[in-house]
Amino acid sequence: MGLERRVRVLVAKPGLDGHDRGAKVMVRALRDAGMEVIYTGIRQTPEQIVEAAVQEDVDVVGLSILSGAHMTLFPKITRLLKERGMDDVLVIGGGIIPEEDIPAMKEAGIAEVFGPGTPIETIVKYIEENARMEKEL
Amino acid sequence: MFDKRELTSIVKEKERWERETLEKTLARFPERLPEFTTVSGMPIERLYTPMDVEDLDYVRDLGFPGEFPFTRGVYATVHRGRLWTMRQYAGFGTAEESNQRYKYLLEQGQTGLSVAFDLPTQIGYDSDHSIASGEVGRVGVPVSSLRDMEILFDGIPLDKVSTSMTINSTAPQVLAMYFALAEKQGVPLNKVDGTVQNDILKEYVARGTYIYPPEASMRLAVDIIEYCYKNAPRFNTISVSGYHIREAGATAVQELAFTLANGIAYVEAAMERGLPIDDFAPRVSFFFACHNDLFEEVAKFRAARRMWAKIVRERFGARDPRSMLLRYHVQTAGCTLTAQQPYNNIVRVTIQALAAVLGGAQSLHTNSFDEALALPSETAVITALRTQQIIAHESGVTNTVDPLGGSFFMESLTNKIEEEAMEYIQKIDAMGGAMAAIQRGFYQKQIADSAYKYQKEVESKEKTVVGVNEFITEAKVPIKLLKVDPEAEEKQVERLRRVRAERDGKKVKEVLKKLRRAAEGRGNLMPFMLEAVKAYATTGEISDTLREVFGEYKAMTIV
Repeated sequence: MGLERRVRVLVAKPGLDGHDRGAKVMVRALRDAGMEVIYTGIRQTPEQIVEAAVQEDVDVVGLSILSGAHMTLFPKITRLLKERGMDDVLVIGGGIIPEEDIPAMKEAGIAEVFGPGTPIETIVKYIEENARMEKEL
Repeated sequence: MFDKRELTSIVKEKERWERETLEKTLARFPERLPEFTTVSGMPIERLYTPMDVEDLDYVRDLGFPGEFPFTRGVYATVHRGRLWTMRQYAGFGTAEESNQRYKYLLEQGQTGLSVAFDLPTQIGYDSDHSIASGEVGRVGVPVSSLRDMEILFDGIPLDKVSTSMTINSTAPQVLAMYFALAEKQGVPLNKVDGTVQNDILKEYVARGTYIYPPEASMRLAVDIIEYCYKNAPRFNTISVSGYHIREAGATAVQELAFTLANGIAYVEAAMERGLPIDDFAPRVSFFFACHNDLFEEVAKFRAARRMWAKIVRERFGARDPRSMLLRYHVQTAGCTLTAQQPYNNIVRVTIQALAAVLGGAQSLHTNSFDEALALPSETAVITALRTQQIIAHESGVTNTVDPLGGSFFMESLTNKIEEEAMEYIQKIDAMGGAMAAIQRGFYQKQIADSAYKYQKEVESKEKTVVGVNEFITEAKVPIKLLKVDPEAEEKQVERLRRVRAERDGKKVKEVLKKLRRAAEGRGNLMPFMLEAVKAYATTGEISDTLREVFGEYKAMTIV
């Protein structure tokens, strides 16, 4: 029996989009749910986000985007994560993402997309059930 | 407003009513909630009576529309004289596509234009910059050079339309392009009508399209204010914006307080430059959100007018009544739109637009019902415009000025909002003003707290959001969304390369060098901006030139 390691989450805002109400609410909500959360702040390039994920050794990357650039930026982030050997990290997304884009997102390695109005509880539960946990001590 | 004897008898009567009528009702039918509040959490009483406005002095506190303190309206006849400008925020894909949308909206009876620029344009990157990849034409139209501006307004004479431009850190070059285009169309600048947002302070707090450190940004903002009042006197030189602050989660009071505090900072900066208050203040305008709580919003607008008039007159010593007018644009609150059951949004927008009109707005954008899903489709944007037209021409609410004025509830709420917003402004003053408060994260923290509180109330169902946490249906409504042309980015980049190839490269180098030297000095940069854009120097090149001189703002993140 060992100490259970808390889930580490990177909440990130890729691209030039400055709408971070949702991202900030998620940061607080995940912290309240007992997770360790790092927030990148707005206007991050895919490279910066992946670097932060590696440095912070996170289990989950939560991407929030409302600018419509998800089709370009999300796949780039998952590709870079893979290149850095972080392909077991759970990557999820949220924001204004049309339903018809979701299959392409999933194909690119985004595990789940949470649209507007999703209850926080749903996201917390999803992370708890799906985040990589092999690092338990 | 009431004499003492009358009040005493009302107090007595109220006590009697509570005893004889109210208590019985409450005993049989308890009220639905232990406490009733506005959307922003302000407590609301069961009933308002003359006692709640006991100290109200009609002439001093309300007065007459078009006269100090302008509580009832900035003009004598408000919407009986002229309806508000119906102005839908639009722009996407390429300049060609956006031009088509503008012409369509004008044909449909829209009375002003409002340009949405894409994020690279707003943050000073050309469409072919690597950081712009995937963002070109997504949330607005890309404008990398004067060529794009020419196409955007092709067939739209600039002396016949008023144009609002949501542009902040790159406002100098984009405005210069608009003015250069006016010149090309043969329209003198004193006939050009419109608004440039030019409100950088709220970008550090809520919207995020900053480039330079605050001091340099404030200098550019004042450059525009100064250049316009001297050369384009009909142009609103700034639109001090609460909208984005509210959308980020602020309450109505916080929105009002932070906006007016920012307004104070701009006035102070312009006065420090030596501009006389009555020369530039008449062209300072405002921009607010309108949320779902109709009475709270109307009270906010009324309080805003009274507060600004007092601030400009008493704090800054303005004498010209035009300096004291809080003229404002409203956008219905995007954050209230739901992705679930999207047609419900039409009703939300109607309530919000109604509040804006009852509040006395000068200009209005109504959101489209599909905007929690994508940029608005043509059908959705027309429904939004028709909503305004129905309010204007069918509802009858425009028949009289400030129709809610004099309501015990409305006057009491207006006073309360003013009081609480004033407390915030005093707190901000004590910190050293808006810029200092922002740099220490005061606004950001307040807004984040309010946003989280609101979300928790929705999660716990203390707040009902129809279709989201109550009255949920699984059935999906088919809805056709706008799809931005996937080739738009490529077309735009192609055009930009052509512009670069065809222009006089030597001339561009020269104008950018002049701009750089001017930026290193202290003079107004607008004349250099105009020279640069006329030589087809690009948005990105101009921004890069200034980045070299001013440096870039290092973001501060407060959760």
